[in-house]
Amino acid sequence: MRAIGIVLAGGNSKRMRELSNKRAIAAMPIAGSYRSVDFALSNMSNSHIQSVAVLTQYNSRSLNEHLSSSKWWDFGRKQGGMYVFTPTITAESSDWYRGTADALYQNLDFLKKSHEPYVVLASGDGIYKLDYNKVLEYHVEKKADITVVCKDMGPEEDVTRFGLVKTNDDGRITDFDEKPMVATSNTISCGIYVIRRRQLIELIERCAAEDRYDFVTDILVRYKNLKRIYAYKMDTYWSNIASVDSYYKTNMDFLKPDVRHYFFKEYPEIYSKVDDLPPAKYNPGADVKNSLVSSGCILNGTVENSVLFKKVYVGNNCVIKNSIILNDVYIGDNTVIENCIVESRDTIRANTTHIGTPDNLKIVIEKNERFTL
Amino acid sequence: MIKKEMIAMLLAGGQGSRLGVLTQKVAKPAVSFGGKYRIIDFPLSNCINSGVDTVGVLTQYQPLRLNAHIGIGIPWDLDRNVGGVTVLPPYERSKGSDWYTGTANAIYQNLEYMENYNPEYVLILSGDHIYKMDYEVMLEYHKANNADVTIAAMQVPIEEASRFGIVITDDNNRITEFEEKPAVPRSNLASMGIYIFSWPVLRDALIKLSEEPGCDFGKHIIPYCHAAGKRIFAYEYNGYWKDVGTLGSYWEANMELIDIIPEFNLYEEYWKIYTKSDIIPPQFISENSKIERSIIGEGTEIYGEVSNSVIGAGVTIGEGAVVKDSIIMKGSVIGAGAYVDKAIVAEDVTIGDHAQIGIGEYAPSKYDPKVYQFDLVTIGERSVIPGGVKVGKNTAISGETTPEDYHGGILESGDYIIKAGGVQ
Repeated sequence: MRAIGIVLAGGNSKRMRELSNKRAIAAMPIAGSYRSVDFALSNMSNSHIQSVAVLTQYNSRSLNEHLSSSKWWDFGRKQGGMYVFTPTITAESSDWYRGTADALYQNLDFLKKSHEPYVVLASGDGIYKLDYNKVLEYHVEKKADITVVCKDMGPEEDVTRFGLVKTNDDGRITDFDEKPMVATSNTISCGIYVIRRRQLIELIERCAAEDRYDFVTDILVRYKNLKRIYAYKMDTYWSNIASVDSYYKTNMDFLKPDVRHYFFKEYPEIYSKVDDLPPAKYNPGADVKNSLVSSGCILNGTVENSVLFKKVYVGNNCVIKNSIILNDVYIGDNTVIENCIVESRDTIRANTTHIGTPDNLKIVIEKNERFTL
Repeated sequence: MIKKEMIAMLLAGGQGSRLGVLTQKVAKPAVSFGGKYRIIDFPLSNCINSGVDTVGVLTQYQPLRLNAHIGIGIPWDLDRNVGGVTVLPPYERSKGSDWYTGTANAIYQNLEYMENYNPEYVLILSGDHIYKMDYEVMLEYHKANNADVTIAAMQVPIEEASRFGIVITDDNNRITEFEEKPAVPRSNLASMGIYIFSWPVLRDALIKLSEEPGCDFGKHIIPYCHAAGKRIFAYEYNGYWKDVGTLGSYWEANMELIDIIPEFNLYEEYWKIYTKSDIIPPQFISENSKIERSIIGEGTEIYGEVSNSVIGAGVTIGEGAVVKDSIIMKGSVIGAGAYVDKAIVAEDVTIGDHAQIGIGEYAPSKYDPKVYQFDLVTIGERSVIPGGVKVGKNTAISGETTPEDYHGGILESGDYIIKAGGVQ
């Protein structure tokens, strides 16, 4: 591949409510066995990108743990590799990343020392499969300065939390509105960009000289009339998980046969860190319908329309419906959970009830003492 | 100079002919177990959990699956700068070349491998047992006794003792006598085929007996050491240990995993069993499915009914299908409306829609009554069973079968279909 990859995984969002208290969005668990950042990393690996930097800042412990080895995505190579860059104090700077462009500026050495002509920039909170080579081909064909991967959303969708673009007939972006109050278009930016490496270095350096820090507002929006910025339309599954509702919906999408087949069975696959857990175990009393169940789970109760992540224990007579139970949760006997997202490593005592509604999902955080053998 | 206190030699070259069509294309240690593992994962995980980081794996029979599984040992953390896992197949020399003719002969042919590491002790393991054991504790015991050889042994029911090599010990657990499969056993302490040798003793015995045809640990090396007056001790092991050498014991050991609190517990935090997992996604359980008392592997999709079964990774069980008391290995597809009862279905098997497997009454096997005597339908890997056919109990099937192979649409109990390329 003629590009290096950069994953922007620094972010946090108030829209994630309590879920992002303890982790960066890129480390959010997805579809039972994955984390959000696996999708961007796997796409890069599957696009034969060999050298990848992950830029992280906000509460990165759980992300760092997940990225502790690069072998899962096949990056542990002599040629290339995976690098995790957190802000550091240097002779020139003791600042945190003040924005996406600043994060790139503070790691400009990585860009300068690479020799590949192009850069693929992707955020760590998108759930999709994409061959970045196709975007790069389009980028070259259009003689673009920057190519932005975009997607047409349905009319019912609230798009005001995204960057909205308008294009001319050739696909060149004529207007770019970042998170507007009122939707002006239904084509959104997916937060995935292809750009020539030298071009990026130049833009980032100029940005820094002007004390500007954000890639979207200070580069894409500001340069939209000056640079040839093109939209590459993606028509396969794409979802952003940076709000509680979209996080819930994205996980529930995997209960649909077409989505599941697309991600789980079709080539190329999504890779993730392997946890060496035993197969899921169904004891007498287990009654599971329309659900995803991950390895290490032990089930003794009823589970319906739910996604169970790894190592979840469901006690006797429990009823779990329309919920997402994150990794390593213990649920005591006779507990009822409906329309909830249960935070990882929770211990829920017997006879507990947690009920949310589809419009107001309840986030359950219960850290009780757990006694294990 | 490289120096390892103890290295392990893992015997994984045997066919395991008593597993019938299951080992037609793979060596026994590479046969799937427990919905996700392969049999060899247990001794390999025991090694790394015991701090033994240098393991030679001796392969001979059908090694492809085994080699692919072990690779450079990454899943077990056995990819090391010094030591790690090394696959040791038979090789050619300037003066002739030999297959491994016996367990000890295989080790003898790899003297050079062991010498590279200057070990003080060598641990001999076999690749066909299901257990968790801390070899470090056994080594402590070996040292404390100032032993030359330590043999792991466990109590078995006296009525079963005649199937094993039996050891007779004095009050200090020093072995005074051996009986190989005795008709009237005098003790119920059975050898588990796990040995720790002090390296000079092993080296000497292997060289002295190098001309012995089919040189074997139980038959030749141990009696030789005994006759030479070496200090041989029995290390009594009290945990779960299962030899999965027959279809019956293999099926039983799998079924024991689905007990509410299994005697052999894979869910404990401590002493993890590692394996190469190439299927990552979670399993999907559909609206109309029903699952009872089973364990199910990653990426499996269940649309039918499953009870008392061990289902591997990446399996599909179709709408309306019923699977009970069975083992279904990785990647197999059970068609819609199919019925599977008391069957062992190997990897990547396709069972057509509405096929009925394991019906009727038991009948002795016409193929090999010694192997197929446990009332199980055994289906070899990559077999295809057409839709709608009926298959009786205690049968064996291997290869791509077509409706013409089933006279009147039925394979009677005790009968078999082994297509070209199968075992004869």
